[in-house]
Amino acid sequence: MDELNNYLFISAALFSIGLFGVMTRRNGIAVLMGVELILNAANINFVAFSRFGGMNLDGHIFALIVIVLAAAEAAVALAIVINIYNNLNTINVDEASGMKE
Amino acid sequence: MSEAVFFFLAAFTLASALVVVLNNQLLYSAIALLFTLFGVAGLYIFLWADFIAGVQLLVYIGGINVLIIFGIMLTNRISSVRLSQTNLQQGVGGVFAFWIFIIISIVISKTSWFQMTSAEPSETVGQVGTLLMTKYVLPFEAASILLLGALIGAAILSREAN
Repeated sequence: MDELNNYLFISAALFSIGLFGVMTRRNGIAVLMGVELILNAANINFVAFSRFGGMNLDGHIFALIVIVLAAAEAAVALAIVINIYNNLNTINVDEASGMKE
Repeated sequence: MSEAVFFFLAAFTLASALVVVLNNQLLYSAIALLFTLFGVAGLYIFLWADFIAGVQLLVYIGGINVLIIFGIMLTNRISSVRLSQTNLQQGVGGVFAFWIFIIISIVISKTSWFQMTSAEPSETVGQVGTLLMTKYVLPFEAASILLLGALIGAAILSREAN
């Protein structure tokens, strides 16, 4: 627990799991959950480097701003998802491909 | 003792993250995401980031997760009990994600990270507040404008088209 590498490995695993979710999920909201996992992995790295780099609190500020971004992103993404649902009656991202051509 | 708690917390976080991406029922995924975020908040406490852990509980668990559950409820026919969904191309995705994990792990273990020993601070709230009002006042204001923009944008997007 007093070892930087442990936190980096946890963060890498969380990032890979989130990436897997983003790549394989069909439901728009489930993709959003994968993005949240990836953002959390990045935050663990920020805070871990802050802790092991001499308790410099700059990393905490970065983590805070990432959390703010995640909140804004979730609100806008859910508004878009609900709009897609109203128009197409599905939120599967592979079926909402009307902008392709 | 705290070593055991740390490894339990890490395993708990990763296991519930796996449930988030693998479970077929969306609501179970959302509840598992709640446990993942809780585990990450515990890791922040191990990293002496008490304020970030509190913000994680308030904003992520109290805000974003509830928002996601609302989204699931609004975009599925609740009367059909199983809010299920399927995953596509799990084999390819799994291999690719595992490959990324292996590469990152090799990089992590080969790099000799710069580390400093430091004493545990009694609290970080005051220092974070001071930094936000002095060195990082511009990003702080930019984040406020971003939140305002997101608020207006979400309200306009989700309004009934007239």
